[in-house]
Amino acid sequence: MTVIDAPATGPDWSSAASNANRRRRYAADRRLRIYGLTAIIIAVGVLVILLATVLTGGASAFVQTRVTVEFTIDPELVSADNIQRGNYRQIITNAVAELFPEIADDRTALTAAGRILTSNAQFFVRDAVVADPSLIGRTLTLAIPASDPFDQLNKGTIARDLPEEQRRVNDRDTALFDQLVDRGLVSTPFNWGLFFNADSRFPELAGLRGAIIGSFYLLLVTLLVSVPVGIAAAIYLEEFARRGRWSRLIEVNINNLAAVPSVVFGLLGLAVFINFFGLPRSAPLVGGLVLSLMTLPTIIIVTRAALKAVPPSIREAAYGIGASKHQMVLHHVLPLALPGILTGTIIGMAQALGETAPLLLVGMNAFLTAAPGGITDAATALPTQIYIWADSSERGFVAKTSAGIVVLLLFLIVMNAVAIFLRRRLERTW
Amino acid sequence: MLGTALLLILGMSIVAFIVGRASGRRFLRASGSSIHSLPSYHGLFVAVWVGVPALVLVLLWAALSGTIVDSLLLASLPDSMTTGVTGAGLDLVLSEIKNVAAGLLFGEPRPEIVEAAARLNRWDALAGWAMVVVVFALMIVAFAVARTRLAPRFRARNAFERWLSGLMIAASVGAILVTVGIVVSLLVESLAFFRMVPIGEFLFGLNWEPQMPIRADQVAGLGAFGAVPVFLGTIVIATVATLFAAPVGLFTAIYLVEYASERVRSVVKPVLEVLAGVPTIVYGFFAVLTVAPAIRSTGNSLGLAASPNSALAAGVVMGIMLIPFISSLSDDALRAVPRSLRDGSLAIGATRAETVRKVMLAAALPGIMGGVLLAVSRAIGETMIVVMAAGLIATLTINPLDSVTTVTVQIVTLLIGDTAFDSPKTLAAFALGLVLFLTTLLLNVIALRIVNRYREKYD
Amino acid sequence: MEQLVAPTSKMGVDVRHTGEAGTTEIKVSAQNVDVFYGEKHAIKGVSVNVPARSVMAFIGPSGCGKSTFLRCINRMNDTIEGCKVTGNIRLDDRDIYDANLDVVELRARVGMVFQKPNPFPKSIFENVAYGPRIHGLVHGKADLDAIVEQSLRKAALWEEVKDRLKEPGTGLSGGQQQRLCIARAIAVNPEVILMDEPCSALDPIATARVEELIDELRQNYTIIIVTHSMQQAARVSQQTAFFHLGILVETGSTEFIFTNPHDQRTQDYITGRFG
Repeated sequence: MTVIDAPATGPDWSSAASNANRRRRYAADRRLRIYGLTAIIIAVGVLVILLATVLTGGASAFVQTRVTVEFTIDPELVSADNIQRGNYRQIITNAVAELFPEIADDRTALTAAGRILTSNAQFFVRDAVVADPSLIGRTLTLAIPASDPFDQLNKGTIARDLPEEQRRVNDRDTALFDQLVDRGLVSTPFNWGLFFNADSRFPELAGLRGAIIGSFYLLLVTLLVSVPVGIAAAIYLEEFARRGRWSRLIEVNINNLAAVPSVVFGLLGLAVFINFFGLPRSAPLVGGLVLSLMTLPTIIIVTRAALKAVPPSIREAAYGIGASKHQMVLHHVLPLALPGILTGTIIGMAQALGETAPLLLVGMNAFLTAAPGGITDAATALPTQIYIWADSSERGFVAKTSAGIVVLLLFLIVMNAVAIFLRRRLERTW
Repeated sequence: MLGTALLLILGMSIVAFIVGRASGRRFLRASGSSIHSLPSYHGLFVAVWVGVPALVLVLLWAALSGTIVDSLLLASLPDSMTTGVTGAGLDLVLSEIKNVAAGLLFGEPRPEIVEAAARLNRWDALAGWAMVVVVFALMIVAFAVARTRLAPRFRARNAFERWLSGLMIAASVGAILVTVGIVVSLLVESLAFFRMVPIGEFLFGLNWEPQMPIRADQVAGLGAFGAVPVFLGTIVIATVATLFAAPVGLFTAIYLVEYASERVRSVVKPVLEVLAGVPTIVYGFFAVLTVAPAIRSTGNSLGLAASPNSALAAGVVMGIMLIPFISSLSDDALRAVPRSLRDGSLAIGATRAETVRKVMLAAALPGIMGGVLLAVSRAIGETMIVVMAAGLIATLTINPLDSVTTVTVQIVTLLIGDTAFDSPKTLAAFALGLVLFLTTLLLNVIALRIVNRYREKYD
Repeated sequence: MEQLVAPTSKMGVDVRHTGEAGTTEIKVSAQNVDVFYGEKHAIKGVSVNVPARSVMAFIGPSGCGKSTFLRCINRMNDTIEGCKVTGNIRLDDRDIYDANLDVVELRARVGMVFQKPNPFPKSIFENVAYGPRIHGLVHGKADLDAIVEQSLRKAALWEEVKDRLKEPGTGLSGGQQQRLCIARAIAVNPEVILMDEPCSALDPIATARVEELIDELRQNYTIIIVTHSMQQAARVSQQTAFFHLGILVETGSTEFIFTNPHDQRTQDYITGRFG
């Protein structure tokens, strides 16, 4: 038994004070861990709540209540030589009267019952007759979308136990609708109209067709402008520009441009493209140009990173066999950097797809009931369409907005998944 | 017509390439191996000579012809229609003419308009044909010039590469031009605004009512343009957002760097990436639909009156948007701290928390500060969340439960709808845009400088 | 004050001890230690005894596992993900891989100096004060000042820095930085100091100073030093252990190992056949 500890003043690690001190320190360590964990739970939780809100809110817009109605195409109301201008409104009224014989004489009740169907029901009948004129004089059975209040009633978003005066459908109409349900005339099929209809004032008819096509044109313009310009600029800056004040200026400029608020790009587009060059408002051409300017810095930055990642040995090998600098870059470096550029471009396009604010400023939030036919037609885009719907007061548009968001997110997920797939697939380690 | 011109350019360029390459091949056959460049470079040389100037001309023409035709059209209108009409009125006349020209009739247009529309259609057709003819002539001339340069010893490759470099330089200059375009357009419109509203009143005035005249002697439509309440609202929301996002983001980063196992990291990282990828309009909708009502009812149950579009709701949702931003920049900053410092601290017997707090945070602080500054700049410039979730009325308050408005909200509301470029209402948006641009630019420059200097220190 | 029983542990069984085993107490004793990095078996069955208040050098070609083994002694390997240590390592007679053992205490008792000087980006004073502060070893400013001065003196740095204690530690020269790191380690009064090639980033003059310092510190501390340089091992150590491919080949008094090694591999290494 000897005291062998060397330093005469060595601390006593097993004393009570020392133990208490260590306990306190470990408690602090645990606290930091808990803070971190809490922060992560907040971040993950918020995402879960956000997605849950959008998904549950949007789910009901993916189906549409339809009422199966038999229409008698009376030759007196529709003449074969002018099918377009027939009195389809009367055909609808007649069909509703047939549907509810007990109120056929009560005009107000009949009008109210007619509102179960979408106000555009006559156009459904007209289109069917135009497509097949032999229907004149016969009967036609169509599943017509129910108007928004009844669609909501059927989906349960309108609480039936609410006092009548606080409900958007009164007891009488509810009874009429329930009668249709009992007779098996009400169905809720998948709402293809969400994708294939253009926008409408009526939620039951509104769809994303115009917005999807508008977004497609927008991305097309963005791609055609920002990719060639961005790649050319990046190649020049990375491979050719002499490092000096000029190239540093461009570099600082690009980094700052990437952080300029998007709404400022909208102001630029408004002042330059619309006011100065007189390009058409609301057109995908202008919106696409604005988005190109926004994505340009992103593309330049990712392209430069991809070029930088190509090892010098490749360049030396190309020079070694007498290639010119241009040949070295175009034949050897660029092809090797292409996967990285491609991935970055897709991610840039995904950002452009979700961008809203600059599009509002160049007027891409117009209410349009037709899809654009080209890049100079007035158009909306997916995010601006969501904005329009979010601003509409009809109950049905709440679900429509969420559904629109789901569709937008699906597009983004697909684009990012493709980017990730390409990165995994084409990635090369040197 | 534009499509025709572009197709024509493409076709001519291909022809030029084939002809040039054929010349190159002839030289090769004639002179054996003493030709300087490969035949295809002769082809490319001729092709860029033909194609590039023509393309530039077409794009310029297309961009400018609209404005030129418009002004010609206005000049050709009888004086009775143009005298005494302001810019907005002229725009109205122009758009009416265009509608008639496009075959869209609303009611019975005046005969002058119908005449002008016919003139417009004629001129448009004329301008289109003129463009095609001029471009074609330009290409023929360029083709002839380029052909004469071809020779066996001609350095076609070098000449072509010079063109290529020129195009690449033009593209890089384009990036600068975007900045110049932003600055010039904001400055020009802002100066026009400051001619109507003194700059001092704009920067220091306490009353922001751009929509309505406040005094009888003011020109109709000229409201009050004191932007201080707007600036204050922006600051309130950005502050809420930063106060929410900075701790959450920073603690997330600390946990991921120091405590998390590989499994946790592989789950949390993608979640953060998804949060970063969600479009801001989705956050805006989330704020309106979920967060604002939640805050309101919580406030009510605590006896606090919360506005339905409170600054708190917009700020918190904006903070959510910023979490991944701050956490990834903090993550980078913490990871950039050399492992040796971390080991040095642990080897003395420091706990992980002590190592993080006293060594890693101290070392990573500049990087983290830079990241937070960038996040603040984003919060100030973020638009959709506030457009949807914040208010429209400018109130001078710092209570986060009140409704406030922000610079970006005002820009969007002032510019949605009709935008005549001579009303103070429209121009005010550009003045706000200028302030926004300068503020975010300043923050970004400072932040990037801090981050870069910090990086250099450890590289 | 630490009351400790002198361990009576046996010498390593699968390692031949050459030369006299010494009459001193054993401070650190390892038995059959294995280390795995994921699939990689980095240390294979190492057993070694380190006598108190002396310098033991770990030598061997690079990648032989000597640093890895060194990092087991203060459990720095815990901070590397996927690293697993088996076997038995005792500090005095306490198993340091015991679940009840406090790593923080262990690392305070077993200090470490790294290959590259790694002063914190703080002032010279704060660098040295860091350990005593976190471990709560001092009460009041005067106490702290005294410990800092004492540590810097022991590290032979006091005279050079006493006028600029507030300046950042990163502003010192490489050799001074390394002595600062040594001061930082001894400020918490450890029993053992692990040195992982402490001179590999230093110039010859700075190296000589650090070696001198090591020799002085031997009076009070048990020192284990990993080194590439055999001259250094010969100059500063009393005991030497030769590692090769994760195996401890031979250990014994430095003099003996360098003049009369038993193992052919040791001899080849010493005479420069491989390295």
